[in-house]
Amino acid sequence: MSALAQPTGSPAAWPDTYGDEAKPRMGFFTDTSVCIGCKACEVACKEWNLIPEDGRLWTGESYDNTSELGANTWRHVAFVEQRKPLKLDGGGETAELDAEPLRWLMESDVCKHCTHAGCLDVCPTGSLFRTEYGTVVVQEDICNGCGYCVPACPFGVLDKRHLPRKADDAPLSLPLLGKKEDGRVWKCTLCYDRLKGGHEPACAKACPTDSIQFGPLDELRERADQRLEKLRAERWNGAQLYGRDPDDGVGGFGAFFLLLDEPEVYGLPPDPVVPTAHVAEMWRNTAIAAAAMLVGVAAAFVGGRS
Amino acid sequence: MSHHHDGSITAVGTQMDSYYGRPIVKEPVWQPEIPFYFFFGGLAGASGVLHAFAGLVGNKTLARRTLLIGAAADIVGPILLVSDLGRPERALNMFRVFKVTSPMSVGSWVLLVSGSASNTAAALELMGKLKPVKVAAEFVSALAGPPLATYTGTLIADTSIPVWHEARHELPWLFGASAASSAGAAAAIAVPVDEAGPARRLAIGASVVTLGLKEVMQRRLGFVGEVYEKEEAGSYGRISKLCTGAGAALLALAGKRSRAAAVAGGSLVLAGEVALRWSVFRAGFQSARDPRYVVVPQRERKAARG
Repeated sequence: MSALAQPTGSPAAWPDTYGDEAKPRMGFFTDTSVCIGCKACEVACKEWNLIPEDGRLWTGESYDNTSELGANTWRHVAFVEQRKPLKLDGGGETAELDAEPLRWLMESDVCKHCTHAGCLDVCPTGSLFRTEYGTVVVQEDICNGCGYCVPACPFGVLDKRHLPRKADDAPLSLPLLGKKEDGRVWKCTLCYDRLKGGHEPACAKACPTDSIQFGPLDELRERADQRLEKLRAERWNGAQLYGRDPDDGVGGFGAFFLLLDEPEVYGLPPDPVVPTAHVAEMWRNTAIAAAAMLVGVAAAFVGGRS
Repeated sequence: MSHHHDGSITAVGTQMDSYYGRPIVKEPVWQPEIPFYFFFGGLAGASGVLHAFAGLVGNKTLARRTLLIGAAADIVGPILLVSDLGRPERALNMFRVFKVTSPMSVGSWVLLVSGSASNTAAALELMGKLKPVKVAAEFVSALAGPPLATYTGTLIADTSIPVWHEARHELPWLFGASAASSAGAAAAIAVPVDEAGPARRLAIGASVVTLGLKEVMQRRLGFVGEVYEKEEAGSYGRISKLCTGAGAALLALAGKRSRAAAVAGGSLVLAGEVALRWSVFRAGFQSARDPRYVVVPQRERKAARG
């Protein structure tokens, strides 16, 4: 149990458990500085993964009508319109010459495939598991829709699917207990099926600007460091890596980002920590509380029968 | 909280950026079954303990009725849990694995042990058969009781919901105390006054502890804990204080003399403990809905680290 609390740079019990089948850890580097907000990633993800349509809504929030990651949105492009210069002074951009600078930030958000994944840790059925690629996937034939992973995720990635069950879903073994809605949780699988076939994930494949880069995590981190160095030399305003550091509260992301402003601007937590980092301390505390309860009930018997 | 056109919101007097004021962590998908389960699971666990001590001191009426109350609550609990699942027909998937990082996994096994033991003991008690088996089952039920009554606090603490995770020190204690109070109150209703002394004292004492712990928790939470003053969490909190306080006072003043007062007082305490579970439950939703509760403490943590 103590090992769980260690924020190491590699996932617990991975890749050893895979033996000869272990693969290098694969991930995404999403470089928002070249995102053009085309949403090809959102569409390719929906198409490939057969994600159902969940209604269309006009939000009025720039070009964003999907709003957040969820059961039916596994790539989400955020749009932020800002009165801030794209580059700091000396960058030579026209924007800085404007009296009222304007920049339009776009970021394709996705499941972070955390090194220490809260969703996986709390899943009581073993439905959520770590693949041989080090990614985190929900086995939909196991998930019983308990919903624990939903509030466990520090990023609000997972959600329960409330759409109706599909006709080709497995028949109910116990029809009496059945519900009409899908009822399971869903999230990005980093296209586990495509990886198995030697292909890159659908979103990365469809991205026309290479904002979404797929590859071995080690290589992506190197590439991201170089990119950040370049942007800083060019004096881009607010350029920073998010989730690249293996020493952060979730042990680093398997899918990390280059952002152009603070994480919360994009709806991301500035300092995420996996809730199970405190699990040993929580169980100790629970054990003491449970013992105290025994003592408390015993104490009620002092003073006799009536 | 005031929203600005650029997506920033004003938090505790400082400007904080957000993505159109949208939540960062997801609201839980748990339905009303869950706070009621917290109540019934607690009632079952604490009744098992109360039963064991009543048996030890030879208070037969108290022992018999707390056994039956606990067994009944141990039947209601799992029904509520299965009903909440998105795929109830897969409820048994809870027993595919045992994971210490998942309080829901641990709790499922504890509930299985507790429910089997208390209902075995209750059935044998009613049939008047197999005394040694009954005694063994009672012993197991008493041992499973305190974990059953406290783990639910840790279950919600092991999430990324700020008002729950930051209260991880108090929640198992609060839920344990609430459970003890419920068991005492239920027994005070069910048992004639001249044999209900321990039950009454437990209800009164644990009620005082519960109310005190909730205050301590809210104060220590500070900014994050302000949700307990607002909306549903606030309303349920006030109902809880009123009912638990009045019920405990009634039990203390007239519960020893009048069965009617014991029934009224016990019922008020039970209502108060249900309301307490609802207050904590809804506080989690409110905490998830407002990104300030995620961002502000994380920013402070980051700043403190330097």
